[in-house]
Amino acid sequence: MGSFIFKRSFQSILSLIFLVIVVFFLARMTGSPAMLYLPPEATQEQLDAYNALHGFDDPLMVQFGSFIAGVFQGNFGQSLQYSRPALDMVLEAFPTTLALAAVTMPLVLLISIVTGALAAYRPGGAFDRLASLISLIGASMPNFWVAIVGVLVFAVTLNMLPTSGTGTWQHWVLPVAVLVLRPAGVLVQVMRTSMMTALSSVYVKAAKAKGVKARTIIFVHALRNSLLPVITVASDQAAGIVNGAVIVESVFGFPGIGKLMIDSVLMRDFAVIQAAILVTALAVFLINIIVDISYAFVDPRIRHS
Amino acid sequence: MQPLLSVRNLSIQFPSRAGLVRAVEDVSWDVNAGETLAILGESGSGKSVSASAVMNLIETPPAVIPQGQILFEGQDLLQADAEMRRRINGKSISMIFQDPLAALNPVYPIGWQIAETMRVHGVAHDVAQARVIELLARVGIAEPERRMKDYPHQFSGGQRQRIMIASAIALKPKLLIADEPTSALDVTVQARVLDLLKEIQVENGMGMVLITHDLSVVERVADRVVVMQAGRVVESGTSAQVMQHPQHDYSRRLLAAIPGRAGFSDMGAAKGDILAVRGVSKIYAGLARQFARSKTKPVRAVDDVSFTMAKGETLAVVGESGSGKSTLARMILGLDDPTLGTIHFEGKPMQGQSAADAYKMRRRVQFVFQDPTASLNPRMTVQQIIAEPWAIHPDVLPRNQWRSRVAELLEQVGLKPDHANRHPHQFSGGQRQRIAIARALALKPELIVCDEAVSALDVSVQAQVIDLLKDLRRDYGLSYVFVAHDLALVRDFATSVLVMYGGKIVEKGPVRQIYGNPQHDYTKALLRASGVIPQQAA
Repeated sequence: MGSFIFKRSFQSILSLIFLVIVVFFLARMTGSPAMLYLPPEATQEQLDAYNALHGFDDPLMVQFGSFIAGVFQGNFGQSLQYSRPALDMVLEAFPTTLALAAVTMPLVLLISIVTGALAAYRPGGAFDRLASLISLIGASMPNFWVAIVGVLVFAVTLNMLPTSGTGTWQHWVLPVAVLVLRPAGVLVQVMRTSMMTALSSVYVKAAKAKGVKARTIIFVHALRNSLLPVITVASDQAAGIVNGAVIVESVFGFPGIGKLMIDSVLMRDFAVIQAAILVTALAVFLINIIVDISYAFVDPRIRHS
Repeated sequence: MQPLLSVRNLSIQFPSRAGLVRAVEDVSWDVNAGETLAILGESGSGKSVSASAVMNLIETPPAVIPQGQILFEGQDLLQADAEMRRRINGKSISMIFQDPLAALNPVYPIGWQIAETMRVHGVAHDVAQARVIELLARVGIAEPERRMKDYPHQFSGGQRQRIMIASAIALKPKLLIADEPTSALDVTVQARVLDLLKEIQVENGMGMVLITHDLSVVERVADRVVVMQAGRVVESGTSAQVMQHPQHDYSRRLLAAIPGRAGFSDMGAAKGDILAVRGVSKIYAGLARQFARSKTKPVRAVDDVSFTMAKGETLAVVGESGSGKSTLARMILGLDDPTLGTIHFEGKPMQGQSAADAYKMRRRVQFVFQDPTASLNPRMTVQQIIAEPWAIHPDVLPRNQWRSRVAELLEQVGLKPDHANRHPHQFSGGQRQRIAIARALALKPELIVCDEAVSALDVSVQAQVIDLLKDLRRDYGLSYVFVAHDLALVRDFATSVLVMYGGKIVEKGPVRQIYGNPQHDYTKALLRASGVIPQQAA
């Protein structure tokens, strides 16, 4: 197990390095920050002075070299917008997004495993058809639309929830609900299918022939076998929550990493973009490693192969 | 005396889009304590359905049970409620299944699964654990204390069936239902598992219902037989009666289809070698393992194999799974290259030739694989399937003759010309294999490699397909390499036999010698397990 984690970490580091390179150059293709930060009537001398101050007049490779050297010392550079260390800003925003994901993901898993398992128990029954309809709607509605309609209905019209910001638990309801909807919709379908496969397997028949109770058959024999595909898709969806967070945090004014990324892309705040993406990518790689370990935990065949 | 279990006038129907399927019609059978009843039939005969009804494994709905009784010690199980039947299942009546790998839950240790049978019927945890060790030792699993923590995939097929048996007999049930308990196992393993079942039956005095399509299994263990066809019982009696004086036509046909009882096939005069295999090995490099530091060891699937095969010869390559027989077949077909050694076809090496030469050679060596469902493209019509080789080798037959030639080929393999427009799913397993044979014949090959070409088929269908291959051999002077795991099956078809074990040739010789005077112990064991007794073969 130890060597496995070591190997996966090594692969992840290679991917991270590649990602850092791509982000660095892509960000610089969006244009010069000087045009954004100086007034339109600024002279060429003023623009040059601004670029020289931040090192944007150096050749790209020199800029890249000093960026990489900085990364190894934990220095991601200064934010152009706020003149603060970029990493500090990212680390301040990150816990909010993490908390959002930490509430969303368990909810998604709980909803989809229970709903999917129950739907599979009587395929074609009333519950199954209702669950399929709702999950299909959930999986196919775009996040930003649900978010805006949610604000319109629950905050503006019904006045039940705040429109945006943080502070009370009510502030969390709409963002979490929007983030849960799509992954739960997808996962209910996955769980339903894999539970149906498990329930029609010979080992379930064999358990019935042993006299095992129906409840034990579903929750002990079939459930664990049907979890593998759910874990695979759930890890994709977990990475997707970061994407969702970009939209949801912007709509609800949530000070998380999604909002920070959007703001810094719009403001060509290169240092912050780089730091935010690196930290997010680290989190996604961590999720993948956890998923791989949980595979081995759920399925002994993976442990021994 | 009241029988232990009595199925009376049972009918079971499944609604389907094509109408009501009468899986079982007015079926009656009894089994007494200490007795073995075999329910014999081919796939689709309904032989498993009545037994599944005993275990409450038939879902109603969708299925309908319009009439009948299942009396267990005088009580009608069909009238009992679900909880009552759950209490009987596993305790008084237990069941083992065809494929033990599928029947064992892959994610729980086997000791846990055996103990579960006891726990659900109220045995305390520590008592159950102790009994698991006892049971595993009884069914012949070495080191039971350690192995009880292992998972199903860490055992061989035979061991898994032993584990299923341990779980089934944990509470000393009065009746054991075994649904094709050995048909997924290698021949030599089959015999040992049947012997174990028989021993345990004597020890516990339990009744046994054995569902099978295999007459040699009936001969070996059953006291009485019920023969089923198309959902009905067509004959019943003691196994001696039925085996020696079958009354019903269908039983007679089944008996006549048992392989290994007709005369030997003789080789005509040799006309030179068609195939020469020299020092061939196939080594698969070790695989990297995800959770371990080491690589797995390289596997020698085929290990230094040499033989020659004459034109017109039918060479049976026989061995258990893992013996390397299929790998050898793939190399002869040119689908795989040997790691070491050479294969010559009519004096020319098959490896290292130019693409143009390989293309020419391909048409002379054709193939028939085990599973015709998998080897026929489901989206192509029979016409397209059989004509496809001509699209690849356009010089064989001009396009305007394709349709008439396909019709000819279909007739030759016992199908009808108007079958050409149908798709593979509209045929039975035996018919599909005939289509695959027609495709193999399309290029007028000299050698056909059959990899377990009939093992997925029912006994009577096997016999028909073998007869077809014999006719084609006579008409076209074909040579066959016929890979099989069953020695009985190839006895009256092959002209020579090559026995493989662990990638090596154990014995090779003309068919008379292998069956009449086998030299190697492994060959003898295989013959015993196949139910072909050497004296009988003389």
